[in-house]
Amino acid sequence: MAEGLKIYGLYNDDDILKQGAQALVDKGIKISDVYSPFPVHGIENIIGMKWTRIAITAFMYGLTGLALALLGMWYFMIMDWPMNIGGKPSFDFYQNLPAFIPITFEFTVLCAAHGMAITYMVRNWTFPGVEAKNPHPRTTDDHFAIEITPSENKKFSSDEIFSLLKDSGTVETFEK
Amino acid sequence: MQDQFEFTPKLQRLTYILMGIGLLALIFGIVNLFGAEGEEAHHLANARLWSNLLINTFFFFAIALIGTFFLAIQYAAEAAWATTLKRIMEAISSFVPVGGVLLIIIFLAGTFHLHHLYHWMDPDLYDPASPHYDEIIAGKQGYLNQPFFWARTLLYLGVWTFFTMRFRKRSLEADALDPSDTSLHFKNVRDAAIFLVFFGYSSSTASWDWIMSIDTHWFSTLFGWYVFSGMWISGMVMIAMFVIYLQSIGKLPEINKSHLQDIGKWIFAISFLWTYLFFSQFMLIWYSNIPEETTYFIARISEYPYIYWGMMIINFVLPMLFLMDRDNKRNKKIVVVFGIIIFMGHWVDTYMLVTPGTMKEHGYIGFFEIGLALGFLGLFLNFVLRSLASRPLLVKNHPYLEESLHHEIH
Repeated sequence: MAEGLKIYGLYNDDDILKQGAQALVDKGIKISDVYSPFPVHGIENIIGMKWTRIAITAFMYGLTGLALALLGMWYFMIMDWPMNIGGKPSFDFYQNLPAFIPITFEFTVLCAAHGMAITYMVRNWTFPGVEAKNPHPRTTDDHFAIEITPSENKKFSSDEIFSLLKDSGTVETFEK
Repeated sequence: MQDQFEFTPKLQRLTYILMGIGLLALIFGIVNLFGAEGEEAHHLANARLWSNLLINTFFFFAIALIGTFFLAIQYAAEAAWATTLKRIMEAISSFVPVGGVLLIIIFLAGTFHLHHLYHWMDPDLYDPASPHYDEIIAGKQGYLNQPFFWARTLLYLGVWTFFTMRFRKRSLEADALDPSDTSLHFKNVRDAAIFLVFFGYSSSTASWDWIMSIDTHWFSTLFGWYVFSGMWISGMVMIAMFVIYLQSIGKLPEINKSHLQDIGKWIFAISFLWTYLFFSQFMLIWYSNIPEETTYFIARISEYPYIYWGMMIINFVLPMLFLMDRDNKRNKKIVVVFGIIIFMGHWVDTYMLVTPGTMKEHGYIGFFEIGLALGFLGLFLNFVLRSLASRPLLVKNHPYLEESLHHEIH
């Protein structure tokens, strides 16, 4: 068995995948990831995935957008070139605030949405041009793969992992 | 029995105590009215009494109506998740006929000039020979006249009550049907669609007739949606409170955290809808700066700055900060605390819709206002809890019941 390779088990049904994953976890095996052509509900709890923190980043990107929009409009419309807004030449940021709200809102949404999407792509390293890293082409079609990292499962030998995988209902197992 | 709610004597006593406080407040208001010296003080005490009767009747009537409306949405969208909440919505909607009768009493008092909330009901305004002739209001006579007002009011109340009673009756009938028989369900789907189309128009025109016509000179086409979104939040909070209360006494274990999170999402989302509509109405008027439109906001912002902006902060900032997080929406304590605060915030919003128009700058929230609101809350709870106890808490044989029992979101 070569060092640094991961072990994969391929399933042909999402229910068998969930049962298999549960059986493996019950035996004490840590599953590092699951590859699937569509979301399999409940699998994240079985393999003990950590809860996503993308909502927190979205909030921070939103705050950034809010601050940038207000700062920008204060500079463009009040400070650098005072504008007569709605026939009310007060040249005051606070008094003209209602006029700035729609753009502030839009810019908050823009920053939150783009920031969230870009963070997601960078974090998963899946933006355009990146080479696909799924273990088997059929995980984008009609098969499901469980990924097990031997270094995270020191208690089991590779052979034991393979035999446990085979018992859990896989149609194929391989190393990659 | 987990699927049967009991309206215990202790609870009944609580609602009667609330109603007692309301009655005390009402007596206080009437004594104030007869004790008022001078024409102006008398007029003000009268406006205060009837304004608050209108505010509370409309507020609780609207919550009941949202029970019917939200139920109809679930039918029309064929949504499954809320099936476990169905009996709660039905119970809330059972107040629709009662609130409707109370509204009719208040409008009748207006027609017979017992109060002057609706300035346009004064016939002198339309008479060019009279010193009170008002050209602007006379121009609106085609819509704002008593026969047409009454025809509309009775139409709204009649149709809303008809559909409410129909959904309530069919819900019990469906319990007795064979589980494979979905005929009644699809009749409900069709009726819900008809109701929603009618409600879409009538909720707007009803708030023009009953609320916006208080500020007779002023108009805003967006007003109906603003009022409707405000009452929708109050109704959703009411549903959430019933769910949490029933679960705290061990009923309805079928409602899980996912249901709670979805109700929280509704409260959160409609708070944003309400804020969006508030701001859309405010910004256009602020921007164009036309005197006949700005009077409405001047009467509120300059005369009641703390109440008005305080209510804005409660109804917008609090839900945004505290109901955005998934874990908060699943936390019953947080939903209860912020639900109650938002509920009070929307009562103040309703107060702000009426009072500056009827009492000008003289309105304030004192014992009378709070006591009367508590009294109406007691009346509302008495009817709703009674109707909740009159049938099982969970529907039977509903085609989507099984799906709702397994409702799970992330």
